[in-house]
Amino acid sequence: MFLTRLRPKSSGDLARLGVMVALFALILFGALRYENFLSSFNILSFLRYNAMFALIALGMCFVIITGGIDLSVGGVAALASVVSAFASPYGWAAGMAAGMAAGLAFGVLNGVMITQMRIQPFIATLAAMLASYGTALLLADNQSVSVSYDTAFTMIGQDDILGFPIPAWIALVAYILGWIFLERLPAGRHVLAVGDGEATASLMGLKVTRTIFSVYAFSGLLAGLAGTVLAAQFGAGQPTEGVGWELFAIASVVVGGTLLSGGAGSVGATLAGVLLLGMVFNVLNFENGLGWISLSAYWQSVIRGLFLLVVVILQAKIATKRTDSIE
Amino acid sequence: MLLSMQDISKSFAGVAALRSATLEMADGEIMALVGQNGAGKSTLIKILTGAYALETGRVAFNGGNITFASPAESQAAGIATIYQEINLAAQRSVAENIYLAREPRRFGFLDHKRMRQGARRVLETFHLDIDVDSPVASFNAATRQMVAIARSVEQNAKLLIMDEPTSSLDEREVGILFETIRMLQARGVAVIFIGHRLDELYAICDRVTIMRDGQTVAVSAMRDMPKMELVRHMLGRELAAFEALSESVEAHVERPVRLELAGAASGVRVRNVDLTVREGEISGLAGLLGSGRSETARIIFGMDRLERGALRINGQERRYSEPADAIADGIGLVSEDRKVDGIIPDMSIRENMTLALLPKLRKAGMIDRARQDEIVERFIKALAIKCASPDQPIKELSGGNQQKVLLARWLCTNPKVLIVDEPTRGIDIGAKSEILKLLRRLADEGLSVLMISSEFEELLAAADRITVLSDGVSVAVLPRKDMSEKALLAAMAHQVD
Repeated sequence: MFLTRLRPKSSGDLARLGVMVALFALILFGALRYENFLSSFNILSFLRYNAMFALIALGMCFVIITGGIDLSVGGVAALASVVSAFASPYGWAAGMAAGMAAGLAFGVLNGVMITQMRIQPFIATLAAMLASYGTALLLADNQSVSVSYDTAFTMIGQDDILGFPIPAWIALVAYILGWIFLERLPAGRHVLAVGDGEATASLMGLKVTRTIFSVYAFSGLLAGLAGTVLAAQFGAGQPTEGVGWELFAIASVVVGGTLLSGGAGSVGATLAGVLLLGMVFNVLNFENGLGWISLSAYWQSVIRGLFLLVVVILQAKIATKRTDSIE
Repeated sequence: MLLSMQDISKSFAGVAALRSATLEMADGEIMALVGQNGAGKSTLIKILTGAYALETGRVAFNGGNITFASPAESQAAGIATIYQEINLAAQRSVAENIYLAREPRRFGFLDHKRMRQGARRVLETFHLDIDVDSPVASFNAATRQMVAIARSVEQNAKLLIMDEPTSSLDEREVGILFETIRMLQARGVAVIFIGHRLDELYAICDRVTIMRDGQTVAVSAMRDMPKMELVRHMLGRELAAFEALSESVEAHVERPVRLELAGAASGVRVRNVDLTVREGEISGLAGLLGSGRSETARIIFGMDRLERGALRINGQERRYSEPADAIADGIGLVSEDRKVDGIIPDMSIRENMTLALLPKLRKAGMIDRARQDEIVERFIKALAIKCASPDQPIKELSGGNQQKVLLARWLCTNPKVLIVDEPTRGIDIGAKSEILKLLRRLADEGLSVLMISSEFEELLAAADRITVLSDGVSVAVLPRKDMSEKALLAAMAHQVD
């Protein structure tokens, strides 16, 4: 199991352990309180929907480990959903390739702006976010673009393999590959070392520029994949979808114990972070359905925000303790 | 010959940092590389490691002419550098740091097992038994340095460059480091040892290369180079012949002591400093680079905590926790680096000058412009600051006039003690003498001045007494009548007779 070692060795492990405990506590709470919480319908639709967020959070995880940020993932996913919808008449593979290519293009653009033109990641990806939304709206003529139902394109989002939603399979494979990359390949360790300090990494002979460029390209590619899944799942390219996805992704990564300052992070814990945040939404939906309280979407938003705030504050506390113990 | 650097020149924005410098090393040799600030040591090293591009000159290493385009290339060729602030990825493990960029692989995957074993093996040769899976950040400076050295050994370095490797080590750790260096030497590794503590250089190095003003001024076997001679080479003698500004003033001895440090210690740089500054005198503070001069000033100004000893102002013991405390006691500091700590380039002369005074310039919550103008006018006249108007941005002034504005910044707060750290650095020779005269006049008017300087002429011309620091300890106090270049050199080389 690649989620986490259950023996807390560092505070990072402690944060990861915290996420796991919170996740299981929430699942237990839901299972006891709501009748259909553990129904296969709820579980499968939960996985199908959250797979998209898992994909962008994985890319964000690598970006944040290098000490950067990618604000463009939501816009890029929206654009990719439109592009893949346009390509869907040529088959599922064409749709997928087109969506991922659109994402990769913006990822490469981010990488060039940040490593070659030396623009701050925050500003560069903010510009890319606006540009990608604009491009999506232009291409789609300000409305959603229906995908082709003549080809197998929609199966990417809607079908199952071995009783498991395909989007979840895609995310699972991406996470396994991501984990192998970060933990088992030299290039992955270099991502961590670069996040620890670019000047140091460069003096130690690492190819810093190439590493930073790659994480943004990878993040764009995954956002493109998420956009493709979005189009396939809802049967249409959605130029106005994806708003706030970047925040969800950043939140998942941070909840999983990855430091915003870079240099430390975990693929497994990011997945746990995605599941935990998704689970909070899921529980809130059930709570609404129970009829005891009636929470509007606005109130749900406030509650999610508060939840995130609590987690981030806890994390900051742990991080402070950690630096104290080093000094 | 392992390394031969010939005719190396380099300039930055038209200013020459290196002028035909040379450096030659034999296999397995330990070479001391010494020089004052700005002598060109680090520029030379950066050219060797590929951090700077080679413009003119030739570099031959290990039998072939080379030009390294990046640190990665020089590392691959067998040159490793241990920087002063130890450069390791702090959050990564010891084993990873030793192998970063050259990891052992198995079918393309990281071979964790081989990495751990290799790390343990190489650390064992240095008698270091630590957990190689722990992050580097969890170890102290000495251990981190060992890890950095282990990394270079694992990379089969033939030449190891160590930039002030002992600066954060205690005596015992220095002993271990030297043992390690000798072990490396026995394996045929050559070492360039950049340092300022002369005793250490004599203890470990075979030869010495001395640099000054971008040139190599002397190369010699360590044992053939007396300490005095070495210091003389480092400091050079471009006697600018300032007129002696201080009357032979034995009367100063009678004046009350305004500021006194007794047995002061803080951190590793200041270990035991005695120092007095009397009313109306210029007290000089001399010492080689790294001897703790500026750090002593930091203690007096409340920037560093006094860990041991006492600081007395007018006979009363004081303890400062921040500069505001020192300022409240009438202490001002004009720091060494005007560009970084001093001027705010785009702000006007008026604003720069009254920065320290602003809290007192309030009238009904606003800045009292009339009083501000009056003060600025007065100091521009008194210090003869050459400028178009008080509204001119300070960056447009010459170095000497900028320095005068900074002096005025403190003078207008009416200080009792003014610390000036390298007051004439980067100022042309005419303006230098003017600044010194100004300081003299202020002292004659009753101000106590503590002048830190690495220029002998300046100290000899202006100071009423000179305290000499060596390796964080005040080793001599020279009164006016005993001052001479020879006496200063002897005290700096720590050969007090």
